[in-house]
Amino acid sequence: MLQLLYRSCGLLLLLTGPALASAINTSSGWNMPPGVTDISREIYSLHMIIFWICVAIAVVVFGVMFWSLFVYRKSKGAKPAHFHENTTVEVIWTAIPLAILVIMAIPATATLKKIYDASDAEIDILVTGYQWRWHYQYLDQDISFFSNLGTPRSQILGEEDKGDFYLLEVDNPLVLPVGKKVRFLFTSNDVIHAWWVPDLAIKKDTIPGFINESWTIINEPGTYRGQCAELCGQDHAYMPIEVRAVTEEVWLSWLDEQRETAAAEAASGEREWTLAELNERGAGVYTTYCAACHQADGSGMPPAFPALRGNPVMTSAEGRDKHINAVLFGRPGTSMPGYGTTLSVNDLAAVITYERNAWGNDTGDAVQPSEIRALLDR
Amino acid sequence: MTSRSLPRPVVQQSASEATAGGAAAGHHAHQPRGLLRWVLTTNHKEIGTLYLLFALLMFFIGGTMALVVRAELFQPGMTFILPEFFNQMTTMHGLIMVFGAIMPAFVGLANWMVPVQIGAPDMALPRLNNFSFWLLPVSFTILLSTLFMEGGGPNFGWTFYAPLSTTYAPPSTSFFILAMHLAGISSILGAINIIATILNLRTPNMRLMDMPLFVWTWLITAFLLIAVMPVLAGVITMMLLDINFGTSFFDAAGGGDPVLFQHLFWFFGHPEVYIMILPAFGIVSAIVPTFARKRLFGYASMVYATASIAILSFVVWAHHMFTVGLPLTAQLFFMYSTMLIAVPTGVKVFNWIATLFRGSISFELPMLFSLAFIVQFTIGGLSGVMLAIAPADFQYHDTYFVVAHFHYVLVPGAVFAILAAAYYWLPKWSGVYPNVKLGLTHFWLSVIGVNLTFFPMHFSGLAGMPRRIPDYALQFADFNLLSSIGGFLFGISQLLFVAVVILCIRGKGEKAPAQAWEGAEGLEWTLPSPAPLHTFDTPPEFVPERDSPSRH
Ligand code: HEM
Ligand SMILES: [Cu+2]
Ligand SMILES: [Cu+2]
Repeated sequence: MLQLLYRSCGLLLLLTGPALASAINTSSGWNMPPGVTDISREIYSLHMIIFWICVAIAVVVFGVMFWSLFVYRKSKGAKPAHFHENTTVEVIWTAIPLAILVIMAIPATATLKKIYDASDAEIDILVTGYQWRWHYQYLDQDISFFSNLGTPRSQILGEEDKGDFYLLEVDNPLVLPVGKKVRFLFTSNDVIHAWWVPDLAIKKDTIPGFINESWTIINEPGTYRGQCAELCGQDHAYMPIEVRAVTEEVWLSWLDEQRETAAAEAASGEREWTLAELNERGAGVYTTYCAACHQADGSGMPPAFPALRGNPVMTSAEGRDKHINAVLFGRPGTSMPGYGTTLSVNDLAAVITYERNAWGNDTGDAVQPSEIRALLDR
Repeated sequence: MTSRSLPRPVVQQSASEATAGGAAAGHHAHQPRGLLRWVLTTNHKEIGTLYLLFALLMFFIGGTMALVVRAELFQPGMTFILPEFFNQMTTMHGLIMVFGAIMPAFVGLANWMVPVQIGAPDMALPRLNNFSFWLLPVSFTILLSTLFMEGGGPNFGWTFYAPLSTTYAPPSTSFFILAMHLAGISSILGAINIIATILNLRTPNMRLMDMPLFVWTWLITAFLLIAVMPVLAGVITMMLLDINFGTSFFDAAGGGDPVLFQHLFWFFGHPEVYIMILPAFGIVSAIVPTFARKRLFGYASMVYATASIAILSFVVWAHHMFTVGLPLTAQLFFMYSTMLIAVPTGVKVFNWIATLFRGSISFELPMLFSLAFIVQFTIGGLSGVMLAIAPADFQYHDTYFVVAHFHYVLVPGAVFAILAAAYYWLPKWSGVYPNVKLGLTHFWLSVIGVNLTFFPMHFSGLAGMPRRIPDYALQFADFNLLSSIGGFLFGISQLLFVAVVILCIRGKGEKAPAQAWEGAEGLEWTLPSPAPLHTFDTPPEFVPERDSPSRH
């Protein structure tokens, strides 16, 4: 209720006062964001030009219309005229709109040509859409990772106050240097998604079996947020994009950091993990990858998404192989995907262990990364 | 006004059986009574009524789903339904409104008005007409039943892009495809019937360029339907094969092409959006002259503009696909062709305004809805021009800006035109005028509600809100709050329309004469109000120099 009250005040402000400053992008809160690239600014001014032309047309057309409605009211004794055609005016009001459209088309064509010129890029990033997360691969830097929704579920369910970047924050942002031409290649692992960052004015569909292309040069350091723009299933609203633009030095040291983490991660795949370690890590992996369907408490949404809590596959020793198999390779014919190619062996071992021990499943079973590695290598 | 002679007596026994292909045989004496009469009827007026009532029912079912969506979007957060169900609601809402409400409403109006406007005794193929209608309740019963199937109903948007609608679709999708096939067959048969009627059953002396614009726009719409519904049938059949028979038309893993789906869908889909607006142009072109008491300005250019829109509508489809990664030349071609379509659309608006100019204007209910149509449709047309600019569309596409655009042309546009038509012809259908007080309240609440719902969507879209999401960033909360309030206001005020219709059906209200509106022209106004079940059994007299809308 309080929130509503607060919101109505916001509304009043919006209607009467100056525009609310936007927190999530360079938009004023009710207009297209001008963005932070030359192209985005060009698109913004194109948008404003067409917008004002449309406003002008509307003012003239509605002006004449309402004036006629007012002046030629029958109640004021207006007598109808008898004309019903006039070739000259017909030609005029066909020609004028045509001319206006040509005027609009010229700058639009120029901008479009620039957008299509992805040549001479210095950095190549492969963006792959997954249900429901993004995967980024720095093609020449040997780095790749998943980027998942960072907003906790408790905020979505209203158990906790929503943060400033509600639904627009991720665990691993895409980090890019400013001032360099970055080329994006887009594809998808499952259905069609669309990668959209308003401040970069890039929106491109990621299509399975296709590779699309786009590019940007970011002018200003900052964090630029976006969302998937193509309906891709149940969690379409929950796969945001976060681009962090930094100076080149910062970017280079970030790259080093990433490589080190990756190396450490690979090394720890060799060693023996404790049950507690696996469970702790597994809980996080479960929340990110599994909870959307199987629910945080493992109760699932039968029949589409089976419950995991108390599920014999998860509570018995005989179910163990079946369990591991399902997580690694999926369940064909259902919406359960295989994670064997997307998650690391550490994550896989952890999440399987977690599922076998959480919510009273209590098998005490620890699945080791080395075991998963062996299975995957086969 | 015209000095047309009064209604010719309705001759009961006549040569009409021959004209109507004998299908109306035995229509006078032994008609089944009760429910069976409606099931078996071959009378164009009764079938028209069935279509209209069906459309009204679907309008409320689809509307309820929209309100479920608006309720969830009232506030940020997962507040009252799950995302999966949300997707089913947006999908079903779109499908039901497009295929179950707007299209059948226009077909119903065509059934009622086309024969009486051209002086024909019935549709050319009355039994086919019955069949076309009864396919619809079957189709939509199947479609609605998918909501109760395991895995839920269609959840992939009314545009059902593959592979979300094939490889990743719920098991009920084959039933969705069956329902679409039935609705498609119904549309094709209806269109064939309308074309056959218009081309063959016009009263002697009525040339094509003497037809009322509603008839013209429907003739062109019917050709569009015949051209594109088979493409829809093709694409859903390919889906059916992908889902059940192991083909890979749209499955990239099997060498298929998901983009092909979109080309096929929009080759159907763009003409489809004009199918939902051309008859509305015809309605407004009938109503505006009536209440401006002045002949329609530029009859011939209206016909040519409608035809150009129809032809152009076949070459603009990829403006829905600016972000799929088309080559630059394709992008430019579809940008230019889409901008071009605004020209004939503009001509229409200018002609209506020129009709108002120096008229003698009064503001009866049909006129109010038509005037609101002109303003609101123009707003939608202008945002359409903005969307046509491909580079800007990279920012607009798949946001609420697009949702605002197409709702402006479809709700305050097409739906308002249908309501205008109902208020305009209800006296002819029922014999009494619609209740003015209720009608006025309905009108003003609808105007306020519809604009409160859809105008803020321009802003939330521009600011960055994607469409088809059940939950959104806090930034968009204010606009969504407004849209939800407006949505409920609009939805609830439509109940007033139901009240108006019920009063008319019951004959409660001021009795209408044959010439129900002072300034109205056309053969329908030579018939008594309510129009008898069988009319123009002998073709009415038509003198082009006196009666044609294109006379000098
Ligand atoms: C001046 C005329 C018009 C132009 C230039 C125009 C242009 C466009 C463009 C470019 C789009 C694609 C936007 C996007 O997805 O990014 C679009 C979408 C749409 N338009 Fe129009 N339009 C016009 C009139 C109409 C009319 C008359 C109707 C229907 C009565 C209509 C219905 C639609 C619908 C339903 C969509 C969205 C479909 C979807 O994605 O769900 N438009 N329009
Ligand atoms: Cu998505
Ligand atoms: Cu279109």
